[in-house]
Amino acid sequence: MKIHEYQAKDILARYGIPVQPGRVAHTPDEAEAIARELGGPVVIKAQVYVGGRGKAGGIQFGDTPEQARVAAQKVLGMDIKGLTVEKVLVTSKIDIAEEYYLGIILDRKTQSPVVMISKEGGIDIEEVAANTPEKIIRQPIDMRWGLRPFEARELVARAGLPHHTIGKAGDILSKLAKAFIESDASLAEINPLALTADGKVQAADAKILIDDNGLFRQKEYAGWAETEESNPLEYEAKQAGLTYVKLDGDVGIIGNGAGLVMTTLDMVARAGGKPANFLDIGGGAKAEIMYKALRFVARDPQVKGILVNIFGGITRGEEVAKGVIMAQSDLPKGMPIVVRLSGTGSEEGKALLKDAGLEWGRDMREASEKIVAAINTRGAEAHSAAVHQPESRIE
Amino acid sequence: MSILLDSTTKVIVQGITGREGLYHTRNMKAAGTNIVGGVTPGKGGSTIEGFSVFDTVAEAVQTTGATASCIFVPPPGAADAIMEAASAGISLIVCITEGIPVVDMTRAMLVVHEHNARLIGPNCPGMCTPGQGKIGIIPYQIFTPGPVGFISRSGTLTYEVVSLLTAAGLGQSSCIGIGGDPIIGSTFVDYLKLFEADPQTKVIVMCGEIGGSDEEDAAEYIKTMSKPVVAFVSGRTAPAGKRMGHAGAIISGNTGTAQGKVAALQAAHVPVADTIFDIPELVQKVL
Repeated sequence: MKIHEYQAKDILARYGIPVQPGRVAHTPDEAEAIARELGGPVVIKAQVYVGGRGKAGGIQFGDTPEQARVAAQKVLGMDIKGLTVEKVLVTSKIDIAEEYYLGIILDRKTQSPVVMISKEGGIDIEEVAANTPEKIIRQPIDMRWGLRPFEARELVARAGLPHHTIGKAGDILSKLAKAFIESDASLAEINPLALTADGKVQAADAKILIDDNGLFRQKEYAGWAETEESNPLEYEAKQAGLTYVKLDGDVGIIGNGAGLVMTTLDMVARAGGKPANFLDIGGGAKAEIMYKALRFVARDPQVKGILVNIFGGITRGEEVAKGVIMAQSDLPKGMPIVVRLSGTGSEEGKALLKDAGLEWGRDMREASEKIVAAINTRGAEAHSAAVHQPESRIE
Repeated sequence: MSILLDSTTKVIVQGITGREGLYHTRNMKAAGTNIVGGVTPGKGGSTIEGFSVFDTVAEAVQTTGATASCIFVPPPGAADAIMEAASAGISLIVCITEGIPVVDMTRAMLVVHEHNARLIGPNCPGMCTPGQGKIGIIPYQIFTPGPVGFISRSGTLTYEVVSLLTAAGLGQSSCIGIGGDPIIGSTFVDYLKLFEADPQTKVIVMCGEIGGSDEEDAAEYIKTMSKPVVAFVSGRTAPAGKRMGHAGAIISGNTGTAQGKVAALQAAHVPVADTIFDIPELVQKVL
């Protein structure tokens, strides 16, 4: 789960990591008031779930509360990579002398969180990683202990941070590791970790991702979930307990099991179609879930037809068929549906589908070809209807 | 011969009295698995459908001599269940549970390694040795004994492909769903090593998917193997940065793409099937 910078900084502050004072504003008025409260120059930062805000103009400065208001006016409502800025973080401006990078990611290979540190932090860290990986120190965390303070100091020293920052930066790094572990994070980054002109070391920007599997015990953070404007359906699906990913084609796809659904997407693409989504109904789904899934997929206005591909094991074919039949009358009129069933209850399911006049495919290849053909036929009919319309008007 | 599991392996079920646990325990028994009991804390001393229930894994191991365990414990307690099994001396742990926090898994893996146990999963359908038994939720009816070793990151896709193999007259030695999480107990390379050493296995089918670099690592190892491997990779149409159902199925930047995996496998001279329907033919060619 993604969270915003201000929320990530809130977590860091709870662990005693220094961050600039600041608050979130939803309007220019609020931004001005916060700037007045803070006193002195401020930074206005767009709070959206994408990187590259600075380069997109989403970070502005204001020396006075009035300027802060103008800056907030500029940033609020701005479009950054398809997302509209709805809130900004207003914080005190700091005078940065040097920028470092501290990050912790979950590493599959070592099966542990891995710490990454670089003396060369800031917006170009990805280039540093690509071109001069030796400038990034990497070290797995021994989960028996967490990252002990002496290890953290050793790491920042190895990364070449200046002597006078080792104590402070080491302390921040060990606290970051503690925050990572206790928050069920899958990524925690401070970039830049700023050394200010007056010798302070603080987190000038922060990014944290929370492991979805940890949300059951991170109730407060789970409550921070908000819709991504570019993907409102995905957010709703999550709230409804469906595993749904929005894609940009027109063939709606529903199946059971992540690998099977992914393979179905590939098969539809091979048949010349473009998948509109990924939806996994999981194991043992009843008719009700199938019904809900079909209605959900059809809400995407781009969807022109739906393919249901089920390998029956603990999921029963007749339940799937019942769900499809229930949903039929709720779907846009004439929308093609092709169902492919195999395994447990598939014969019963097929009989039900046949009675209801629904199409089914022998295997996922045939089913994919059928749904793509049905969508194309319908498209051609609609097209020819549109072409014929003016003629009929002349008559 | 087979790998990891045969009809003599003594298996217990952690979470045996739960709805899922009991349902699948019955199926495992029907598949021929030697189920010797189960564990549910607080229900020790009782029996359920003829299976003895113990409070702890240690007790179950002491009484029954079990060497394998199947875990159906819900996510909050599943990593603890893995550690309990490893600490009690269980050498083959199969964890079906989906949704275990990753931080918990990083700790559980330390204990699994410390006790030299093997963990299959989590977030997996388990494994099956056709004609002998199964641990987990794989529908055993689709299998038939034979020379194909099978490993996959997915459940239902495994069933699809195994059905195709069986229909083509290609039986299986053992079949393992390795799990869809970013941190799993054993990877493709671990199982390839076991199949390489198993006399019954003549060829291995490996079904990978986007995310991580297990397929790339497998490609490196396959270069040193004497047995042929046929591969399939799903998620060719998956976009970057989106989790495709499995917690581990995500392309991050340029790593974990299906294209990269296919290229790595092809560089190791592994035939990669374009669709699952091409797999039986490719297997027949290399057998």
